Amino acid sequence: MKARITVTLKSGILDPQGKAIEGALKSLGIAGVASVRQGKVFDIEIEGSDRKAARAALEQAADKLLANTLIENYQVDLK
Amino acid sequence: MKSAVIVLPGINRERDMARALTLISGRAPAMVWHADTALPRGTDLVVVPGGFSYGDYLRCGAIAARAPIMGAVRSHAARGGLVLGVCNGFQILCEAGLLPGVLMRNAALKFICRDVYLRVERSDTPFTRGYNAGQVIRVPVAHGEGNYVADQDTVVRLEGEGRVLFRYAAPDGALDPAWNVNGATNAIAGVLNASGNVLGMMPHPENHVEAALGPTDGRGLFAGLADHFKQAA
Repeated sequence: MKARITVTLKSGILDPQGKAIEGALKSLGIAGVASVRQGKVFDIEIEGSDRKAARAALEQAADKLLANTLIENYQVDLK
Repeated sequence: MKSAVIVLPGINRERDMARALTLISGRAPAMVWHADTALPRGTDLVVVPGGFSYGDYLRCGAIAARAPIMGAVRSHAARGGLVLGVCNGFQILCEAGLLPGVLMRNAALKFICRDVYLRVERSDTPFTRGYNAGQVIRVPVAHGEGNYVADQDTVVRLEGEGRVLFRYAAPDGALDPAWNVNGATNAIAGVLNASGNVLGMMPHPENHVEAALGPTDGRGLFAGLADHFKQAA
């Protein structure tokens, strides 16, 4: 099974990298960019076909390592 | 003082740390590999040194914080043993949940490698007894992610409980945003855990301990720790 975990900064956490990217997009003249927040995407292959177990494992992976839940939120998508 | 320096892949300040500990405490530390699961018997002080563990992959310190040896470091801390994390070591202790908060990208987005001035906020801890409260020391920093951030409740608690031991300051000790090199919340450069036995700090006291290399303001931290254990013995 293929899965994707998306990790994003919580709102209110300053994102200087996102700000720098936002500035670069604006200086490229790309229209309508109001703001940018940078995050991370993890594409993960899970063995077996037990979706419930897979989801539990992915949530454990996100909680224990992939996201720092002090500053980040995550979303698990199982395809 | 029996100290142990944790060695992780990508760490590069472990020898500076070992040199400072040996020079000032008179006893060479044990160098403990990340894949080990136990600290040497009788370890007083564990030091997690600076560097770029695992190439700063994922988040600074995130992978190192899950290394096998960290279980032993966590138990040592839970028993009241002293733990010092410097630079990447500070990031690792935060990621391991031994210290609150997180070190974010420097506010100006640049890697900073220079001397800074720190105001020592308290002298009544094992880590800072070699200094006077209010004393200003000069030590170097070298980091890209040293901008200390914690939620507001945590910051209020840290301040209320006197757990900020070092702040970035002007040479006269005044707090001034211009001297807060990485934009850290409340200019926090070093914080204690709730029980006062785990300290994380971004600056490198181990690099200012020998007159041949410049200022020796870092000595006070190691001398204080050595005194602490001498008195306890």
